Amino acid sequence: MDAVAENKQDHSGKSQFIVIRLDNEQYGIDVRFVENIVRMQRITRVPKMPKYLVGIINLRGEVLPVMSLRIKMGLEKDVYEKKTRIIVLKTQTEGNLGVIVDEVREVVTLEDAQVDKIDDLKLEGKTFVSGVGKRENGDLISLLDLGVITLEENA
Amino acid sequence: MDVSQYLDMFLDETKEHLQNLSDQIMRLEENPEDADTINEIFRAAHTLKGMAGTMGFTRMQTLTHDMENVFSEVRSGKLKVQSQIIDVFFNCLDALDDYVQNIQNTSDEGTDDHEDLIKRLNDCLPKEGQAVMPGTPYKKEQPAQPSVPEVKQEESQETNKWDEIELDEAIWAAIDEARADGDECYGLNIVIQEKCLLKAARAFLVLRTVGEKGEIIASSPSTQDIEDEKFDRDFTLIVISNLSLEEMIKAASNISEIEKVTGGVFLRPGERSASKASKPEAEPIKEEQSSKEQPAKGQEQPAKEEALQRSIPSAEAMEGTATTQAPSEADAKEKKSVSTGKHLGNKTIRVDIEKLDELMNLVSELIIAKNSIVAATQSGQMAAKSIVKDNIEYLERVTTNLHEAVMKARMVPIETVTNKFPRMIRDIAKKLDKKMELYISGEDTELDRTVVDELGDPLMHLLRNCADHGLETEEVRMKRGKNPVGSIFLNASQVGNSVVIEVRDDGNGIDVDAIRRKAVERGTITQEQSETMSEKELIDLLFLPSFSTAKQVTDVSGRGVGLDVVKSKIESLSGEVEVKSKLGEGSSWTIRLPMTLAIIQTLMVGVGGEKYAIPLGSIQSIETVHFGEIKTVQNKQVINLRGVVLPLVRLYEVLEVEGNRIQEEEMTVVVVKKGDRYAGLMIDELIGQLEIVIKPLGKYSKQCKFISGATILGDGEVALILDANALI
Repeated sequence: MDAVAENKQDHSGKSQFIVIRLDNEQYGIDVRFVENIVRMQRITRVPKMPKYLVGIINLRGEVLPVMSLRIKMGLEKDVYEKKTRIIVLKTQTEGNLGVIVDEVREVVTLEDAQVDKIDDLKLEGKTFVSGVGKRENGDLISLLDLGVITLEENA
Repeated sequence: MDVSQYLDMFLDETKEHLQNLSDQIMRLEENPEDADTINEIFRAAHTLKGMAGTMGFTRMQTLTHDMENVFSEVRSGKLKVQSQIIDVFFNCLDALDDYVQNIQNTSDEGTDDHEDLIKRLNDCLPKEGQAVMPGTPYKKEQPAQPSVPEVKQEESQETNKWDEIELDEAIWAAIDEARADGDECYGLNIVIQEKCLLKAARAFLVLRTVGEKGEIIASSPSTQDIEDEKFDRDFTLIVISNLSLEEMIKAASNISEIEKVTGGVFLRPGERSASKASKPEAEPIKEEQSSKEQPAKGQEQPAKEEALQRSIPSAEAMEGTATTQAPSEADAKEKKSVSTGKHLGNKTIRVDIEKLDELMNLVSELIIAKNSIVAATQSGQMAAKSIVKDNIEYLERVTTNLHEAVMKARMVPIETVTNKFPRMIRDIAKKLDKKMELYISGEDTELDRTVVDELGDPLMHLLRNCADHGLETEEVRMKRGKNPVGSIFLNASQVGNSVVIEVRDDGNGIDVDAIRRKAVERGTITQEQSETMSEKELIDLLFLPSFSTAKQVTDVSGRGVGLDVVKSKIESLSGEVEVKSKLGEGSSWTIRLPMTLAIIQTLMVGVGGEKYAIPLGSIQSIETVHFGEIKTVQNKQVINLRGVVLPLVRLYEVLEVEGNRIQEEEMTVVVVKKGDRYAGLMIDELIGQLEIVIKPLGKYSKQCKFISGATILGDGEVALILDANALI
C-alpha cells in the first residue's frame, strides 16, 4: 500500500492503477485519484441517503462520506471481512469520498498501449468502466470510471 | 511626527464619534431646541476636528471645522435648526465617513475637498458670520500629487457602452412603464480625469447627483463596485428621469475632476442595432468591431467577452450583475470582494477587562489541575488513580468554562450593526416620502463577532423591505384608520442557545394573492400548483432569487435581489428566516441564529442502537410517557402534556432505523421547541449530556434536512446531530 504514496505520476504514456477486487472481478483505480487507503471501520449510517451511500466515518478527525461500490454497481451487499478496505478518493468538486472494496491487491503500471478505451469495446447499457487494461501476464483489469462513480444520482 | 501607530485608535474613535454625531443629530431633528444635544454635538465635532488635525488629515479637519462653525451658531441661538441644515449635516457625516473609509483603506484621506458641502455649510451661517469664517481656508492645498499609473485606454471606446449592460425582463418592463409615464431612459458614461486620486469619491458624487435627478436602475460596474473603486476610469449608468438628456449630462459633468460625460437614449437591443445602422459614420473603427461582436440577437456572450477584454474589474462587475439569477454565486463573489482589499488594519475587538480577568482565572485553574495530576503521578500508586480521576473532572469543568469565557470575549452587542439603522430609515422615509418610525429594542443582545459582522446586510435588506413594500403611504394609512406614521420594529433577544431577531412593520402585510399571480405569471409555479400551495409556501417563494412583487422598481428595493440574499446569508450562518404576515396588518420577519458556531452542548440519545445528539438549546424537557397517553388527532399522534398538545415524532421512523420494534409500555420523549411550537421526539434511551464539536457533513447534509452535522465522539465513532427545528 505504501507503493501508492511512493510513485508519483510523471505522465509519460504510463499510468498506475491500484488493483482491487469486487466479488470475483478485478478493477483498477487510477492512483492519481487516490488519497489514502484505510481499514474497514464502524460506519455511521445517515438517514435519507441513497442506498449506495452507506454512511460516514471518522478519518483522522474529519467526517468522510463512504460509498458502497457493490451497491452502486448493482452487486450484492458488502460483507465486511478482514480484507475489506476503504479507498479514499479525491474528487475535484465535492471533497473526498470513501469507497468500500473487498480487497486491495497491488499496484500495476500500464502503458497507454495496454489500455483499450471503452468506446472501442462497444459495451451496451450503463457502465462504470472507462477502459480495460491488459497485463503482461494476460490478466484483464476493468478500469473504473471515477467520474461516473462519484457522480450523484437522484435517488 | 509619525502618527501611523495611532491610526487604528484614530479610526476606532472616529467611528465612535461619527456614530455619536449621527445619533445626536437625529435627536436634534426631533428636538431642535435641546441644549444638551447641541452641546454634545458641538463637543463631538470639536473632538473630531482635533483628532483629524493631530493626524494630519487636513481636509477632514477643514470640513469638521466648518461644521463646528455652524454648530457654534446653533448653540449660541443665532441659527435656528431647520430640516435643510440637518440634511447638510448628514451629508457632511457621509463625507466624513468617506474620509474614514479612505483612511482605513489607504491610510490617506484622499483628495476630495467636498467644496460643495463646505459652501452649503457656509450658506447656512447667518450673513455676518460670513466675514468671520473664510470660505475654504485650506483650499490652496489642492494637490499636485503624482497621478496614479493607469493602463492606457482608448477614448473612443466609451461610445455606447451602456448598450453592453444587460437587463432582465422585469427591469425592461419598468423602463417601458416609465416611458409610458412620460419619463425617458438614458445611458450615461462618465469618464473621470486620469489624475484624479479618489475616483470612488468622485463616482459617488456622480451617483448621488444623478440619483437626485432620476433613478439609477443599472450600472456597470455595480454601484457597490463603483463605490469600492473597482473600475478603471469610466463607468456606465442606466437612468430613468423626467429631465432631458442634456440636463442629465450637465448635472453629472458639473462635478469636478470629471473628464467627460457622454449619454444617449437607452434602447432595447433590437431597436438599438437599427438605430446604430442608420448612422454608421459615428465611430468608424470601433463600430465595426462591436457590430461584429454584437449581432442583434445573441449578444449576451460577446458583450461579456468584450467587457472581459476591456478591463478586468468591469468584467467582474458584468458577471456580478448578469448572475443575479444564481444568488449563491453572486453572493459568494460579493463576500469575496468585501473580504479582499478592505481593512488595512487588523480586525480588532474591544473586550471588557472583566472578561479577560475571568479568562486569566480559568487559565490559572488549568495550571493548578495540571500540577495536581503531575503530583499524583509522582506520588504513591494507590492514591494516584483517584486523584487523577478527580482532576480530570476538574479539568472538564475548567475547559467548559474556558470555552464559554472565550466565546463570551468574542461576543459583541448587536448594537454595532443596528445603530446605523435609524439614520438609514430616516433617509428612506425622506426618499419615499412616507412617514415612519423605527423602534429598536434588545440591541444589547450579544452575538459572536463574526455573526454580527455578517448580519448588517440582511437586516438592512429586511428593513428596507418593510419601509418600501410593507408600509403604506400616509393617505392609505389614514384611510385605513391607522396611525399616519408607520412603525417598524427591530427586536433582538436571546432564547436558549440562539438569538432571535425580529423585524416587524405595521404596514400592509404580504399580499399572498399577488405572489400567487406573479409566480404563475413568471412561470415559477403552474396554475395547479398555485391553487394547492399553502399561504406559507407561497410566502416562501419570496425568498427565491429575483422574485419581487413590487410593481415599481425603486432604488430602495424591488429589484428582486434581496430576500434570497438574506436567506442564503442567514443560512450560511446556520440560522433561519421565518415570515409571518397578515394582510392589512403588517408582516414580521424572524431571524433565528445560533449564538455560537463551533461547539455546542447536546443531549446524546440512542435510537435503535444508533447515537444521535440533540442540541440542548432546543430541548424543553424530557418526559416519560405511557403508551395509553398517545392520542390520535387528524391522523397524527399527539400527547397531551400538562395541557399542551404536542405532535409525537417517532424518531426511528423518521430516521429509518432498521429492525423490528417492540411496543413498550413506557417511552422516553424529548420535548423540543422552535419558537412557540413544540414536538415530542420519541427515543429509546438517554445517554447523557455531552459537549461536542460540530463537523460539517458537506454536500450530503443537504439531502437530509433534519441532520445538521456530525460530531466525533470520544471513542472515535461518528454521531449525527439532529436539527430539532427541522423535525417540528
